[in-house]
Amino acid sequence: MRAEQLPIRSPDDVARVRQAVRSRAQAMGYSVVEQTKLVTAASELARNTLVYGLGGSVEMQELEDGFTQGLQLVFEDQGPGIDDLDQALTDGFTTGGGMGLGLSGSRRLMSEFDIQSTPGAGTRVAVVLWKRAGARR
Amino acid sequence: MSERIPILKMGPFLLVTIQVELHDQLVLTLQDDLTEQVARHRAQGVMIDISALDIVDSFIGRTLAHIASLTRLLGASTVLVGMRPAVAITLVELGLTLPGIRTALNVERGMELLQRLVETDPAAGSPSDAC
Ligand SMILES: Nc1ncnc2c1ncn2[C@@H]1O[C@H](COP(=O)(O)OP(=O)(O)OP(=O)(O)O)[C@@H](O)[C@H]1O
Ligand SMILES: [Mg+2]
Repeated sequence: MRAEQLPIRSPDDVARVRQAVRSRAQAMGYSVVEQTKLVTAASELARNTLVYGLGGSVEMQELEDGFTQGLQLVFEDQGPGIDDLDQALTDGFTTGGGMGLGLSGSRRLMSEFDIQSTPGAGTRVAVVLWKRAGARR
Repeated sequence: MSERIPILKMGPFLLVTIQVELHDQLVLTLQDDLTEQVARHRAQGVMIDISALDIVDSFIGRTLAHIASLTRLLGASTVLVGMRPAVAITLVELGLTLPGIRTALNVERGMELLQRLVETDPAAGSPSDAC
């Protein structure tokens, strides 16, 4: 399945990312709970890309692992990056007056979560939710 | 004119039904409009129906919690009604607990809860749980 790339440069773009993730997840046959988790994580990560990463993009890609399908979302920006990833991933840590739940919460919501960041160069967050991930444990 | 979420007055209560996709700016406008109207009408309770919302992320959650604490300062209780089960499951996993917000299954239950809150505490607003 082709990858789809969307810009994240404005609050409207963040809303468009939510809509795109929702319709892709629906089309792939994710359950309502899974769709909700995907869209919520997408909303958190897209907002981080906009607010802290000063804009960037997301790439959506369908995956197949022989047993099931997954939806992968890769958020990328060329912003200031994150100095201390462990700290950024701690519940409640925020530098922007938020709740500090976007990164840590998205990690809990998704099956896979990978974050790479280079101070001064940017941040890349990749997540995957495998279909019926709960049943595979 | 900028987009707004309508606020209905029902006796001593204000009723908000969110029917559109919540953009960040729209939630912030709702927060300002609600606090202003609670003060103007001396409302004793606010009910926010989120049954049409298919997600609540940390930003919306934080703003809803903020609305609840602002209205409490003005003497009104806030009750959130109609949260979808999938949204509730996701919120818990995200780690969002919505402190200080009371919830009810639907508008009828929410109305009963508000009424009870006002009766037990005519000054309203104090978090003495009636249920
Ligand atoms: N793309 C990014 N670029 C630079 N810093 C980031 C990026 N994403 C997150 N951060 C940093 O990590 C911190 C934690 O992010 P997280 O999303 O968990 O919380 P938050 O955005 O502060 O609050 P919330 O998401 O709960 O509203 C942020 O405050 C910010 O300092
Ligand atoms: Mg965030």
